[in-house]
Amino acid sequence: MKVSGRKNSLTIETPEGVVFSYELATPVTRALAWAVDAAAIGAASTTAATLSQSANILSPDWAKALGVALYFLISTGYGIVLEWRWRGQTLGKRLLGLRVIDAQGLRLQLPQIALRNLLRAVDALPFFYLLGGSASLVSRYSQRLGDLAANTVVVHERTRLEPDLAQIAPARYNSLLAHPQLAARLRSLASPEAVGIAVRAIALRDGYDPAARVELFRELSGYFRSLVRFPEAAVEGLTDEQYVRSALRVIYGNGA
Amino acid sequence: MIIDLPRFVRTEKVYWDELQKLLHEIETEPGRRMPLSGIQRLHYLYERCSADLARLDTFSTEPRLQAYLESLVSRAYSEIHETRAPLRIRWKNLILAFPRAFRRHLGAFSLSLGITLLGCAFGWFVMRQDPQSKAVLMPFSQLMVSPAERVAREENATIDRLKGAKATFSAELMSNNIRVTILAMAAGITWGSGTLIVLFSNGVSLGAVAEDYIAGGQGTFLAAWLLPHGSIEIPAILLGGQAGFILAGALIGWGSHRSRAERFRMVGGDLFAIVAGAAGLLVWAGIVEAFVSQYHRPVIPYGLKIGFGACELVALAAFLGWAGRGNQEET
Repeated sequence: MKVSGRKNSLTIETPEGVVFSYELATPVTRALAWAVDAAAIGAASTTAATLSQSANILSPDWAKALGVALYFLISTGYGIVLEWRWRGQTLGKRLLGLRVIDAQGLRLQLPQIALRNLLRAVDALPFFYLLGGSASLVSRYSQRLGDLAANTVVVHERTRLEPDLAQIAPARYNSLLAHPQLAARLRSLASPEAVGIAVRAIALRDGYDPAARVELFRELSGYFRSLVRFPEAAVEGLTDEQYVRSALRVIYGNGA
Repeated sequence: MIIDLPRFVRTEKVYWDELQKLLHEIETEPGRRMPLSGIQRLHYLYERCSADLARLDTFSTEPRLQAYLESLVSRAYSEIHETRAPLRIRWKNLILAFPRAFRRHLGAFSLSLGITLLGCAFGWFVMRQDPQSKAVLMPFSQLMVSPAERVAREENATIDRLKGAKATFSAELMSNNIRVTILAMAAGITWGSGTLIVLFSNGVSLGAVAEDYIAGGQGTFLAAWLLPHGSIEIPAILLGGQAGFILAGALIGWGSHRSRAERFRMVGGDLFAIVAGAAGLLVWAGIVEAFVSQYHRPVIPYGLKIGFGACELVALAAFLGWAGRGNQEET
């Protein structure tokens, strides 16, 4: 297995030759997750202190001892227990969509989780994670010292949603498909890079400035039109954006 | 040539769903043992989905589908290529992992002990040369009085000063000492310099206290006061130092041809076992310090306290030296 770094991502190549990548969490996102976790620790400690007061009935000494022990256990064990049970996530990381993973993409182990959390003792020095934050700013994979020692990285959670094919290939009448030979020619000539750009352009169309969107689809339409010349009757009245959508439906084989 | 995406998805989706279901089962029960047929099926599905991802990567660029397949393949990859056995919570194994890890890194423990002894010698020397430095070297305010004065006060005490506060005192000692041990380990990431400082300063305090009491003719009191909890607490902090130097060794990697990541991966389990074991020892030390060490003659005879401390030390040495030896002994 090879691991290679590029800006803001960790790329892993498996022995089977498949490449996948993780988007690394930025120090700012991690700081926000940590703030949520700090609040959760505070809330849990307050609850534990209140509950331990109920032991006052038996002995005030033991009630106070229970409070001290619970605070220690919560502040030290919060990250270890949650990251172990939730496979690399704490409450803060869940809310921010982050996850701790092994730097080689392997299964995260309990000793790794424990080590990265215990090293917070140094990362937090001298105050507010200055040392750990500085380390994550300069390290290749945005790792604080605990991550370096435990061989872990914090990444953005991967999407597990199934793809929405209707987004790129809705089942509508497509005038280009009335010419199957030309459609097949378009399918064979279109470059994956250009198709990728077109797919992204459609997915993100609502976010573009109107003038920029018109220009982008004009260029894309020009590219597809240059590959295959469909009869005038098939393309008459199609705007550039409609032409790009029709071309994509042809390329992705939706034979509506 | 671009692949026929809807047809591709229709054909392959059944395999993706099966892999998704299998991964969910594995992730929910990481300790579960799969039958050979299940492992073979997992491997087949992983290879099939990898091939699908490779095809998609080459011939198509539907980002959401690609992200979905990458998610499946990366999760399956982490399960299939992991060679370390998943940790199973079996108390016997966990307890024995501690002495085994200790024995694997005796050099780091010797270094930890050596630096503490050096600190002791320094504290002893400074205290002898300059008794006025007591205020700087002693860790607690109760040690500021002369040893003879303190011994007289403790032995003639008519009230129990810890009455109604022993459990709290014990819990505070436990949490504080475990924090120091964790710090000694974690400070190893500073190429060992932080660990060195923690151990040396601890040794300085210990040496200064020892010199003060022995020079004051209160050696027996000192032994009876420190040994019951110190025979466990001091080795536990040395173990924290050992873990710190193991970490530093993995970071520096003298004479090792392995990558830094591999070196850290190799020692991670041992660090965890040593720190967890030391924390367990410190829980015991905290109980003993609050309930035994703070009571002196005539409440508890000094001989009994010293004998108790010596027995603990021998038991700890035997446990660390011999527990877990045998068929499963480390290489």
